[in-house]
Amino acid sequence: MTIAVHVENLGKQYKIGIAPQGRGNYNTLRDTISNAFSRQKRLAAKKPDNLIWAVKDISFDVEQGQVLGIIGHNGAGKSTLLKLLSRVVEPTEGMMQLRGRVGSLLEVGTGFHPELTGRENLYLNGAILGMHRSEITRKFDEIVAFSEVEKFIDTPVKRYSSGMYLRLAFAVAAHLEPEILVVDEVLAVGDAEFQRKCIGKMNDVAEAGRTVLFVSHNMSAVLRLTDESIVLEKGKMIMRAPSAEAVDYYLSAGHARAGEKVWEPADIPITAAPFSPRAIRIVDNRGNIVETIRSTEEFTLEFEYDLDAPITGLRVGIYLYTARGEPVFTSFDTDDARMFNTHTERKAGRYVSRCVVPPDMLNAGRYTLGVNASSYRIHRYFAEERTLEFNVDPAGAPGMHWTEPRPGAVRPRLDWEIEKVE
Amino acid sequence: MTQTDFKPPAPPKEMLTIRPPKGWISLNLRDLWLYRELITFLTWRDVLVRYKQTLLGASWAIINPVVNMLVLQFIFGNLANMDTGGVPGPIFRYTALLPWMLFAQALGSSGRSMLSNRGLITKVYFPRLVVPLSSVLSGVVDFGISLLVMIGMMIFYQIPLTWAVLTIPLLVVLTLVIALGVGMWLAALNVLYRDVGYILPVLTQLWLFISPVGYSSASIPENLQLLYAFNPMTGVIEAFRWAMLGEATATLSLQVVISVGVGFILLVSGMFFFRRMERTFADMI
Repeated sequence: MTIAVHVENLGKQYKIGIAPQGRGNYNTLRDTISNAFSRQKRLAAKKPDNLIWAVKDISFDVEQGQVLGIIGHNGAGKSTLLKLLSRVVEPTEGMMQLRGRVGSLLEVGTGFHPELTGRENLYLNGAILGMHRSEITRKFDEIVAFSEVEKFIDTPVKRYSSGMYLRLAFAVAAHLEPEILVVDEVLAVGDAEFQRKCIGKMNDVAEAGRTVLFVSHNMSAVLRLTDESIVLEKGKMIMRAPSAEAVDYYLSAGHARAGEKVWEPADIPITAAPFSPRAIRIVDNRGNIVETIRSTEEFTLEFEYDLDAPITGLRVGIYLYTARGEPVFTSFDTDDARMFNTHTERKAGRYVSRCVVPPDMLNAGRYTLGVNASSYRIHRYFAEERTLEFNVDPAGAPGMHWTEPRPGAVRPRLDWEIEKVE
Repeated sequence: MTQTDFKPPAPPKEMLTIRPPKGWISLNLRDLWLYRELITFLTWRDVLVRYKQTLLGASWAIINPVVNMLVLQFIFGNLANMDTGGVPGPIFRYTALLPWMLFAQALGSSGRSMLSNRGLITKVYFPRLVVPLSSVLSGVVDFGISLLVMIGMMIFYQIPLTWAVLTIPLLVVLTLVIALGVGMWLAALNVLYRDVGYILPVLTQLWLFISPVGYSSASIPENLQLLYAFNPMTGVIEAFRWAMLGEATATLSLQVVISVGVGFILLVSGMFFFRRMERTFADMI
């Protein structure tokens, strides 16, 4: 098959202080002039520590018609790689070859002007994304129908709801017909019905033999849309594998100690004595400390602490909240009557209270853990509401064959029966 | 993928190879030509947006030059009483304001264009020259509107049209070339140094006074004439007066030749400087 994208040792270097997309980080003439006269600053500007590689030594080929996923944690270099591929920034080293027109969707609605009507923006945005006027005119009705904003097409988009705005923006983008399409996270727009439509459209694009490079944090979208993915970590490409494998790796890679909170002695209030928290961590079923767990796998919460003196009636527990702050559950290590009776007094020493959260419990999303150590009705030693945040990835969870988001904090796998009664 | 639903790929296109830029890069005017539709779309957008949600709409394109004309008439005509070579003061100054306002607007919008289109530049690839180019062009519509007042004034002052009026499109192009040349320098510098945003109004103000807008270039002392002509707007403005009013200064042809030369140098140097800076735009902006 033909190679559509060829990337070889690609690298992009940024100067620290020149943020890749930072606002307010610009120079003023005054700085440059004063730097020119300050030997120290001049040398500092040349020091290699001030240069960072956002991506380095990236090499891969993509065959024509292939949909390649690009996954990695925040700051892994995904966005930089997409910007390089879509030619928004130029590489510092290496080379890449692209066969055919590249359409990039780094965000939807690029160049939309609030004062212009939907119709005007549609033409403008189409032109910006590289469509010809005749092409836009030809597809105009189809795009408008896809966006479901027919009635408001001659209204300035500043009066649109955010949903309408995004639908129109995505509709234009979805009707692009470049040979190579570079997509970043844009599927996460609109309501469930619209999302389903977008994913369908993406599938069409791939089936029409066009090459798609797809970046997402949404692992289920990656699994559904791509056959193969590459995993980026700290600017390096560490894996290229079938998507199921790559997603597994991504979700299980113990990265950068996220998924753990360690207390320094200075963080602990004096009133907590003799209780002294050391760390709380989320451990997946492979023993890695993780920030993202899978909904379909059990995971362990570990709370490690020191007692400098014995405490009677101590209970150590966790609160779980959704990202919006709605409580999901509260649980203590002596909830069980048997545990309560056998742990009436805890002697001085180091302890770990550990519990296993069963699989098929939490829905997709971000959650917050709080901790509490107290003796019921006697004394609260230590409590913290937002101690640790983590994500739940829904890949494989019940009902994932429908792309709609499920409301609710829990996503249990219930035993349904379907019985024909008449 | 099974063999059955495999569609034969389109005939392979030529590979586009991208490598790190080195040294001075070519202007790549071919790419600019491919994106000509985008230039017209961005120009069209700027024109559409300019007077949206203004009370008086496009009549600003008339009010602005007329008010400017009255101010200049008051200062240079009524107070300083400078010689206009027999032409009525108001039309003498309004004629000069036509190319001047076009220039000032084109300069301002192209100088600021890279920042006002930041959202595009960091998200989509296109030749960056499209940005200052389209912002320069959008001023032409205002120019056309203010030309209507000019026609009214010519009827009022009973000034006959001459064949020279046919040179006006060329003079408009020359004005835009000069504005684009300077504008590209400023646009590229503005990405690096936001100081440009503050320099622009001062620069425009100063430039107005060293250009023969409120007065005639004939009022400049003989020994300074050549130096004065190196302001490329001198030739444009005097040529405009000649085209509209039929009055030519003694040194007009020299002024125009210098204006074209300086304009060309500004344009080419501006383009190269802009292309040179282009590689860092998305990083810096």
